[in-house]
Amino acid sequence: MILSEQKPFEEIVAYLEKDKAVFIMGCHGCAESSGSGGPEQVEEMKNKLTEAGKKVTGTKVVDFLCGKALIKSELKGKIDQLKAADAVLVLTCGIGVQAVAAAVNKKVYPGCNTVNLGGSRGEWEGSERCFECGQCLLYHTGGICPLTACTKSLVSGACGGANNGKCEISKDRDCGWELIYNRLKARGQLSLLADMMKPLDHKKIMPRPEMMSTSRYALENSDKEVKAQ
Amino acid sequence: MSLQSKLESGKFAISCEFGPLKGTDTHEIKENIEILKGKVDAANVTDQQSSVMRLGSLVTSALCVQGGLEPIFQMTCRDRNRIALQSDLLGAWVMGIKNVLALTGDLPALGDHPQAKGVFDLDSVTLLQAIARLNEGFDLSGNELKGKPSFFAGAVVKVDSNTEAAAELQIAKMQKKITAGAKFFQTQAVYDASTFGKFMKRVEKYKVPVMAGIIPLKNAGMAKYMNANVAGVHVPDELIQKMSAAAKEDREKTGIQIAADLIKQMKPMCQGVHIMAIGWEKKVPEIMAVAGL
Repeated sequence: MILSEQKPFEEIVAYLEKDKAVFIMGCHGCAESSGSGGPEQVEEMKNKLTEAGKKVTGTKVVDFLCGKALIKSELKGKIDQLKAADAVLVLTCGIGVQAVAAAVNKKVYPGCNTVNLGGSRGEWEGSERCFECGQCLLYHTGGICPLTACTKSLVSGACGGANNGKCEISKDRDCGWELIYNRLKARGQLSLLADMMKPLDHKKIMPRPEMMSTSRYALENSDKEVKAQ
Repeated sequence: MSLQSKLESGKFAISCEFGPLKGTDTHEIKENIEILKGKVDAANVTDQQSSVMRLGSLVTSALCVQGGLEPIFQMTCRDRNRIALQSDLLGAWVMGIKNVLALTGDLPALGDHPQAKGVFDLDSVTLLQAIARLNEGFDLSGNELKGKPSFFAGAVVKVDSNTEAAAELQIAKMQKKITAGAKFFQTQAVYDASTFGKFMKRVEKYKVPVMAGIIPLKNAGMAKYMNANVAGVHVPDELIQKMSAAAKEDREKTGIQIAADLIKQMKPMCQGVHIMAIGWEKKVPEIMAVAGL
């Protein structure tokens, strides 16, 4: 389970400042049980964005948005709607955003922040990782997370230690910021590299005390024990 | 004349660099101070360079102030969070340290305490923002200071990169560093004046002084090692051959001559030179003399 919560609507509208048309995606997995990106929230977001003057070209809620193979097959019937959109808004955890950004050659924006549960990954484990930072930065970085893709989790750009595109820690690890640069270039978004970033808010990265001992699944909350005595 | 006055008045500035040793023996630091004071405009004091634990740059910079050599206090974000960084900056000002070089820092895994937690609460850009904020009389949380510093903040930039992405990311970050308050730059070691010239053409519009980085070669092996392992350093084959061809007793002279020639070639293109002698600190005056500085 990955817990996500929707970003403030103003922040989402600001991401879409230069875009007229948007395609919205949600997830039947964690985002639905988080109440941040299930069918209900996707429909609600569609109405709010339409009211705000945006054209919503289509929506799609996928079973597990952390699975790129699933995303690709589910979007087959939606190609025209995707093509008509300037950007894709994803209402899920950071893994879903990164999976869509990797699977679709469009600008992809996060609609949610992923909240730290003390460590977890996607249900369908791909190469994307979410830091659960509670302050999703994927808008600025082409849908590649600088906290997990960069060994130093740098938010202001590359450190200068990369050699031939590889991180100074290992020749087997790509420089996360070079991946971000190449993605932004491919999407025509290189101007985002100039965005001045605030220092990370570590208070948001620390798990909230109540999150360390709760689950969002009703089944998990059952107090029935296995009678083994 | 201070480093700041020199760079701000458009005069050519010379800095060098030395790293404190592991332990409490400060004899070598004091010797270096005696040799370098009055010769260079300022000396960088490295901050646990390559993530190897040693005597700190704050204390060593303070020793420089006491000894009459203007320090450039190198500060990395590897070992301290924003509370400790800001506190050490206040401490540095109290000890008479005026120049700070803001760096992100190497990963602890590359040093002699690979198990250590890398902090990176701030990075080079946000550290520069913190310095600017302290200069305005406030901390990063907006609290007012009682007595404020007036640091001259600098940063580093790599001239040469082996991928387009790395080169463009360097320029983008240089711009951010300037926005965040960097008033001068020192570069990674340069061994090709034409590469440096191209870089300077690209960044001259920022109107921020750039000091060209120089590492004198000690032997051909060192050059080959840097080419293979140090990002952004490329020693051309021609210079490696010159070092290989030199007889053992002439190697030092050859290395110094190459460094001096590079300084002469790059001097008209930039605002200063930064000599990283790596153990040869005592030879810095000789390099300067051969370069005609």
